[in-house]
Amino acid sequence: MSKVTFSIGGVHPADAKIARAHATEVLPLPPTVWISMAQHLGAPATPVVAVGDKVKAGQVIGEPAGFISAFVHSSVSGTVKSIGPRKDIAGNPVNHIEIEVEGDEWAEGIDLSTDIVREIPSDRQFILDRIKANGVVGLGGATFPTHVKLSPPPGKVAECLILNGAECEPYLTSDFRILLERTEEIVIGAAIMRRVLGDCPCVIGIEDNKPEAIAAVREVLASGSYEGISVLPLKKMYPQGGEKQLIDAVMHRQVRSGGLPIDVGAVVQNVATSLAVYEAVQKNKPLVTNVLTVTGDCLDDAHLHNYLFRIGMPLSYIAQYAGGVPEGAAKIISGGPMMGKAIANLDATTVKGSSSLLYLSEKATRRHEAGYCIRCGRCADACPMGLEPFLLNRLYKADDLDGLIAASAQDCIECGCCLYSCPAYIPLLDFVRQAKGRAMGELRARAAAAKAAAEAAKASSSDNDKK
Amino acid sequence: MDKYLVSPNPHIHASVSTNSLMWDVVIALLPATIVSVVFYGWAELLVLAVSIASCVLLEKGIAIWPMRRPAVANSASAAVTGLLLALNLPPTTPWWVVFIGALVAIGVAKMTYGGLGQNVFNPALVGRVFLLVSFPTYMTHWEIPAGLFGADAVTGPTLLGLVNEGGPAAVEGLDYMQTLFLNIGGSAGEISALALLLGWCYLLVRRVIKPWITLSIFGTVALVSLIFHLADPAAFTGPVFNLLTGGLILGACFMATDYVTSPMTTVGGIVYGVGIGFILMMIRYFGSYPEGVSFAILLMNMAVPLLNRAFHQKKYGRA
Repeated sequence: MSKVTFSIGGVHPADAKIARAHATEVLPLPPTVWISMAQHLGAPATPVVAVGDKVKAGQVIGEPAGFISAFVHSSVSGTVKSIGPRKDIAGNPVNHIEIEVEGDEWAEGIDLSTDIVREIPSDRQFILDRIKANGVVGLGGATFPTHVKLSPPPGKVAECLILNGAECEPYLTSDFRILLERTEEIVIGAAIMRRVLGDCPCVIGIEDNKPEAIAAVREVLASGSYEGISVLPLKKMYPQGGEKQLIDAVMHRQVRSGGLPIDVGAVVQNVATSLAVYEAVQKNKPLVTNVLTVTGDCLDDAHLHNYLFRIGMPLSYIAQYAGGVPEGAAKIISGGPMMGKAIANLDATTVKGSSSLLYLSEKATRRHEAGYCIRCGRCADACPMGLEPFLLNRLYKADDLDGLIAASAQDCIECGCCLYSCPAYIPLLDFVRQAKGRAMGELRARAAAAKAAAEAAKASSSDNDKK
Repeated sequence: MDKYLVSPNPHIHASVSTNSLMWDVVIALLPATIVSVVFYGWAELLVLAVSIASCVLLEKGIAIWPMRRPAVANSASAAVTGLLLALNLPPTTPWWVVFIGALVAIGVAKMTYGGLGQNVFNPALVGRVFLLVSFPTYMTHWEIPAGLFGADAVTGPTLLGLVNEGGPAAVEGLDYMQTLFLNIGGSAGEISALALLLGWCYLLVRRVIKPWITLSIFGTVALVSLIFHLADPAAFTGPVFNLLTGGLILGACFMATDYVTSPMTTVGGIVYGVGIGFILMMIRYFGSYPEGVSFAILLMNMAVPLLNRAFHQKKYGRA
């Protein structure tokens, strides 16, 4: 058992990885897909096809609308039926392109074979261009465009590429499955990203509740073809897969408040992202597929699945294919039980970052009525950012903005450890999230005011110079 | 879709609740409670029953009227207060004195502040200290009745009482194995150090509390008494005597570690424990009372809001 983990807080939910033994199955194509233009952090993509156009799988249908944005490709071949707003999982309208599926024809230049391409291109720019052109975004949750993250700003040097295979969320097994089934491709993806980052060492962090995955990666590395890449077994602890926590666990460094991982020399990429990088660079294949887990405490073993899906498939279609929404389900979640989002609209479609369809029973998920704080301090012990949620809760209710900023409400990563561990069931994160929003808004306003004041001072001093 | 829940994350919860934590404390106190009943018999059972029943009923009653907030009442928490109060009293305490103690503990020290989670002072200790200053005859009268199974009855002052009167020479040749298993004289819960420590270990294993407050009290008591004892063995008792006698173990393991009235952070808890250890040794050595655990804890309870202000968690990325 590994002893390596992050140094502050954390909780130990039961890992519940009941779907771990289920090999990845390929989902058949639905009659229609709806592909979202907002599958990444940043500006939604701009549609570049028109209603009635014939498209092929892997063809660009949305172009980035800013520096932090990403290409969107069609995941199927067929005809564009409509372009317009459609509800996402939360029920918010988002621009989607509706495509009626006809056959399964892929765009030119995409290598669909399963042969592993081991020769890595030497041109950094070529690699980055391919990653960008194929719409690769971070698949660990934040869906930040990968080419941006792999291009450190001038003056910053990557000292370590951390591959995130922690999969610390209970129930989820998609990363585990690809680590077992696509091991070498993931390692090649890491080797490619290392090259882009100037051949810095790469550490693949995997929690020790996945010994098969650790062994599989070790076996690939034992071939000796992949220099500078190592595996680090991590002690199972939530939220180890959080970027800041993983950097702390692997490098024993902490990113300062408001800073970026690259400030401490770290670049963190998820193992699923590494696989997408492999496919983008070696196979010229856009990010139009990913693996999701159908799981939950109200499913029997026969109904647990890990599926390779195409983006744009309605969640309801996947649910139906998997045998329907189980009888005992009280809540349907996209993502893990700690940080996932409750699905308000099952007709919403899969996006690049979809990782699960999680059904939780009433017993597992129903919130209890909130009681009185008994000042046990469990929330503060659990917080992986070293915050004091009980205090933030009180400061928020007292509307003490300066107090919230001094208590670092803006540093909250919304991991849910506080609410998870509160014996009085006080909805701490609900309030802390609001507090964080207020603190960040105030900090931005102050920064803007300071900048404006500095510019005004500069302008008046240059006026004086003229006089 | 209407029938499915939608709420923000997290969607699962640890299997812990306020009630489960309180019942864990009750379970942890069972060994000491059983020893006290075996040793003191029916009289102790009466004290326990009156104390627990009074605390639970008073909490419920006061929450309904005059507070008019029935939801404030927490029976498990009140039962813990009642149990701790009983274990902090001599087994000979008359039932009506026990009731007054419960009234002060729940009515004054807890509900006046707003009930569960709001009180500044440990309610059971406020009850005990109120009785100690109001009914000193009952509270320092250690006439011990025969136990349930006819255990040998012992009468006389407590060990600390002997020392307070006659100095360390009064307890010369003391058999410390006796204090570990069956102490002579004292509050009901103080009979067996081993039973108390067993309960404390249960709380640690169940992760109900962390060890730091208790250990810092023990450490401070050991250090302070070692220094004084080495300086003048004739005037000051040594560490082993001070660690094993009086209400220290009950206080350090179960009273000082009360969530509501102890600091939120580990560092704050250590400072709080050092304060308790130091104050109680000063009272034992220089005060007119033979024992100072209750006063020391109550005094440090007052400092908790300041300690919470002074000592914070170590934040990520702000070293």
